[in-house]
Amino acid sequence: MALDSKIPSGSISDKWTDYKDHINLVNPANKRNLDVIVVGTGLAGGSAAATLAELGYNVKAFCFQDSPRRAHSIAAQGGINAAKNYKGDGDSVFRLFYDTVKGGDYRAREANVHRLAEVSTNIIDQCVAQGVPLAREYGGLLDNRSFGGALVSRTFYAQGQTGQQLLLGAYSAMNRQIGRGKIKMHNRHEMLDIVIVNGKARGIIARNLITGEIERHSAHAVVIASGGYGNVFFLSTNAMGSNATAAWKIHKKGAYFANPCYTQIHPTCIPVSGDHQSKLTLMSESLRNDGRIWVPAKIEDAKAIREGKKKAKDLTEAERDYYLERRYPAFGNLVPRDVASRAAKERCDAGFGVNKTGEAVYLDFAAAIQRYGKEQTYVKGLDSNDNALVTKLGTEVVKSKYGNLFQMYYKIVDEDPYTSPMMIYPAVHYTMGGTWVDYNLMTTIPGCFSIGESNFSDHGANRLGASALMQGLADGYFVLPYTIGDYLSPDIKMGPISTDSPEFEAAEKGVKDQIVKFMNNNGTHSVDYFHRKLGKIMWDKVGMARNAQGLNEAITEIAALREEFYKDVKVPGTDKGFNQELEKATRVADFLELGELFAKDALHRNESCGGHFREEYQTEDGEAKRDDENFAYVAAWEYKGKPSDAVLHKEDLVFDAVKLVQRNYK
Amino acid sequence: MKLTLKIWRQKNAQDKGAMVDYQIDGIEPDMSFLEMLDVFNEDLMSKGGEPVAFDHDCREGICGMCSLYINGEAHGPDRGVTTCQLHMRMFKDGDTITIEPFRAAAFPVVKDLVVDRSSFDRIQHAGGFISVNTSGNTIDANTIPINKEDADKAFDAAACIGCGACVATCKNSSAMLFVAAKVSQYALLPQGKIEAVDRVLNMVHQMDAEGFGNCTNTGACEVECPKGISLENIARMNREYMSASLKG
Ligand SMILES: Cc1cc2nc3c(=O)[nH]c(=O)nc-3n(C[C@H](O)[C@H](O)[C@H](O)COP(=O)(O)OP(=O)(O)OC[C@H]3O[C@@H](n4cnc5c(N)ncnc54)[C@H](O)[C@@H]3O)c2cc1C
Ligand code: SF4
Ligand code: FES
Repeated sequence: MALDSKIPSGSISDKWTDYKDHINLVNPANKRNLDVIVVGTGLAGGSAAATLAELGYNVKAFCFQDSPRRAHSIAAQGGINAAKNYKGDGDSVFRLFYDTVKGGDYRAREANVHRLAEVSTNIIDQCVAQGVPLAREYGGLLDNRSFGGALVSRTFYAQGQTGQQLLLGAYSAMNRQIGRGKIKMHNRHEMLDIVIVNGKARGIIARNLITGEIERHSAHAVVIASGGYGNVFFLSTNAMGSNATAAWKIHKKGAYFANPCYTQIHPTCIPVSGDHQSKLTLMSESLRNDGRIWVPAKIEDAKAIREGKKKAKDLTEAERDYYLERRYPAFGNLVPRDVASRAAKERCDAGFGVNKTGEAVYLDFAAAIQRYGKEQTYVKGLDSNDNALVTKLGTEVVKSKYGNLFQMYYKIVDEDPYTSPMMIYPAVHYTMGGTWVDYNLMTTIPGCFSIGESNFSDHGANRLGASALMQGLADGYFVLPYTIGDYLSPDIKMGPISTDSPEFEAAEKGVKDQIVKFMNNNGTHSVDYFHRKLGKIMWDKVGMARNAQGLNEAITEIAALREEFYKDVKVPGTDKGFNQELEKATRVADFLELGELFAKDALHRNESCGGHFREEYQTEDGEAKRDDENFAYVAAWEYKGKPSDAVLHKEDLVFDAVKLVQRNYK
Repeated sequence: MKLTLKIWRQKNAQDKGAMVDYQIDGIEPDMSFLEMLDVFNEDLMSKGGEPVAFDHDCREGICGMCSLYINGEAHGPDRGVTTCQLHMRMFKDGDTITIEPFRAAAFPVVKDLVVDRSSFDRIQHAGGFISVNTSGNTIDANTIPINKEDADKAFDAAACIGCGACVATCKNSSAMLFVAAKVSQYALLPQGKIEAVDRVLNMVHQMDAEGFGNCTNTGACEVECPKGISLENIARMNREYMSASLKG
C-alpha cells in the first residue's frame, strides 16, 4: 500500500483552517449513534475522550491503571510550550513551528508541526478555564520560562509538576462526562488486540485485569493513545507499566510503524546504582541552567574517584574538564539533549566516569552557589569576602529554585547535592517513533487513529523539552475531534456494531491462546529475567550510539532471546484473576518483537540525526552527520509475519516553509 | 541485610486472608522498598511460590498508585514520601517488617496488598471538575488575573496524588483530606466559584455514600500525607459546606 499523508494543499499557515472549513461534519443528533473506543487516558487519550463525549459521541475509555489519573503523563515535570508571546519577546506561531522542526533535525512533517504550533495557544486557555493552577506572577498573570532549544520564553508550568496538573485537568473533564454517562470508563483493563471488520477498525479485545475475563468491545472507530515504548530498554524514566502492546498489536494487524529507532536519551538522570534497579529517575533539565557539567581532566584522578580515594572537591579548577563548555562554547551546558547525552557517554567511554561503574558525570552547583551568594551579599550590604556567609546565602537561592529536585536526589542517592556535586548519566526517556499516521492522525488501518506519544508525527528525530505535553493535548482536545468526524460521517446510519461476528471470535481466540500458552509453559525464568536481558542488548547495541556490527548482532540476539522466552518463561498463578506476572508476560512478548524492528530500522538509516547516532556517520569532530539527500523521509514499516521480514515504505519529507541546514551549537 | 517480612496474603476479595512470615537476605540499603519486594518476589517465584501482588507504576512519588501499610504506617516510616520513594536504608539488618494493604471499608482488597480505590474516582465524578467545554473556544487565559497567593494555594491543594494514605491512616477511615483538597483547589480559583455550592454538596454526599467514616479532627491524615496536604483544606471545605447547606 502506498503511503498517503493527506496533507492539505495551500500555504502552510492556511492548511489547518482550510481543512476544517471543508471536512464533513456529523450532525449532533447523529453523534449519539456513534461509538468511539479510546485506549489510554493520559494527556492524549484523556483529553480526546472528554472532548469526544462532549461533542456527543458515546465513548468507551480504557486504561490499565486503577484510575485515569495515574497515566504516565502525570510524571512530566518541566512544562508545556505555547506560542502566546505574553512576554513580548518575539514569540510567534511561526517561531514555535520553526524551532520544533529544527529541533527535530528536519525529520518531522511540516504540516503537522505547524498545526501543533497554531493550536498551542488554545491549550493554555483551555487548561486555565478548567482550573489548572499554572504558575502566576505577582501581577496575577501567567508566568513562563525558557527551556532548552529555544531563545524565547514560552514554557508554562506548575512548579515541577506540570504533567500532573495538566493530566488532572483532563481527568476532571473526563469525570464530568463519566458522571453524565457519556464516557464509560474501563479501569484496570488492558487492550490485547484490535478487531477489524471489512477492512475497518471496529473494536478491541481487552482483559479485565481483576477478573481475568477476556472481553469484546465494539465501536465505529478506535483511538490508540497508549503512550511511548521506552521500556523496551527495561530501564527508562517511564512508569513501570508503560508498554508497547496496543501500538504493536495494531501494527501486526496492518498499521505501519514509523521511525522506531528514534529514541530520546535524556542527559540528566540519576545513574544506575546496581543490578536490582527497576527504573531510572529524571532530574529536570532546568538544572542545566545553573549546574556545570564536568569530569576529571586526568584519567588517574577519575580512577582515584571511582575507587573512593579522592573526592570531587579535591580537584582544582585546572584538574577538571568542563567538556560541554569546552566543545560547545556558544551553548555550553545548555546544548540540546541529544548532544549533551552523547558527550557524557563519550567521556565515560574514554574512562573518565566518576561513579563506581564509571557511568556518571558531575553536575556541579558550587559555582552557582558562589555566584548567587556573592550577589546576595551585595544586595544585602554584607561582607562578600566571608566565604561561609556567601555559601550559606547562595545555598538558599539554589534551594528556592531547585529544592524539590535536590530533595528527590538526596532521597534516592543518600548524598547531599548542596555540598558534593550530583552524579548524572543519560537515560532512555521518550520515543519519537510510533505508529505512522496521516494528517488526520489515522493509521494505515481505516478507522484506527493514534495520538500522543504513541504516534510518530510531530517531533522528528529529536524532541525539544516541553513539547510532548503540548502534542498530547493538541491531538486530544483540538485535532482528533475534527478529523474523526470526517471519517465517521458516512457511518451515521450504521447502528451499533455486533460483537458476535467471526472477526471478534477470531481475535478473542488469538488472545486466549496466547494466555493459555503462557500459563501452561512452566519454564524456569521469570518475565523480568527476559525483559532485563532484552534491555541490556538494546542499551549496549541499540542505545545512545550504534554501529552496523552491533546492530546486526542485536537483531540476531533479540530473535534468539524471543525464542528462549517462549520456551522457557514461567508465569505463576492463574489467568482467572489478578495476575501481574501474566500482564508483564504479554507486554514483554511484544517488546521482544518491537526491539528487533527497532534495531532493523537503526541499521537501515545510514546517517546520524537527533536521537539516532550511527558511529559511522559523524563529522571529524564527533558531531552527528545527517544525510538529507538520501534519508529525508519517514521510515514506515509494514508487518509481514516476523520483524525481520518487515517491509519499508518511505514518506518523503517535503520542506517548503523551512530550509534544511546543519544544526550547529558551537 | 537479612529481614523477616510479615506480609498480608489474600487471594481475592472473597478470600479471608492472613499474615504470612517470610525470610529474605541480600537486601542492599540503596534499594527502594518496592525494589526489595521485586527481589523478594523473584526469590519466591524461583522456589515455586506465587509473587505478592502490590500496586505501583511511576516509582517516583507522583502517580499515587503505590500504597502499603508498613509497620503500622501508611507509606512506611519516612515522612513526606510515598512507598516507592522509601529506601531500605530506613531499616536495619535483622528487622521484622510488617506489610499490609491500605485497610478501609471503602477500599476493598483486590488481592494481597492491592486495594480498590475507585470510590475516590466516584467522588470526583460527582463534582470534581469545572463545567467548561473542552472546545478551545474559551477566553484568553490572562483575561482573569489570579492573585499569586491564591494560585499557589490552589496548586498546593491540587498536588494531592489520590493515594489514599489519609484514609488508611485515619481511625475513622475518613476521606476528608482528599475531598477537601479538591474542593479547596476550585474554591480558591475564580473559574470554580460559580458551581461551588453544588460541587461541595455533591462531593460530600458521594463521600458518605461510599462508606468513608466521619472526620473527628485527629489530624493523623496530615501527618501521613506524602504531599503535605494541609488540614487548612478541611477547614475550608467545612466553611464551603456550611454556607452551601444554608443556600442549598
Ligand atoms: C519523568 C518524565 C518527565 C517528563 N517531562 C516532560 C515535560 O516536562 N514536558 C513535556 O512536554 N513532556 C514531558 N515528558 C514526556 C510526556 O510526559 C509524555 O510524552 C506524555 O505525557 C505522553 O502522553 P500520552 O497521553 O501519549 O501517554 P501516557 O500518559 O503514557 O498514557 C498512556 C495511557 O495508555 C494506557 N494504556 C497503555 N497501553 C494500554 C493497553 N494495552 N490497554 C489499555 N490501556 C493502555 C495507560 O493506562 C495510560 O492511560 C516527560 C516524561 C517523563 C517520563
Ligand atoms: S490527601 Fe494526601 S494522603 Fe490523601 S490521597 Fe491526597 S496525597 Fe494521598
Ligand atoms: S508508584 Fe507512583 S507514587 Fe509510588
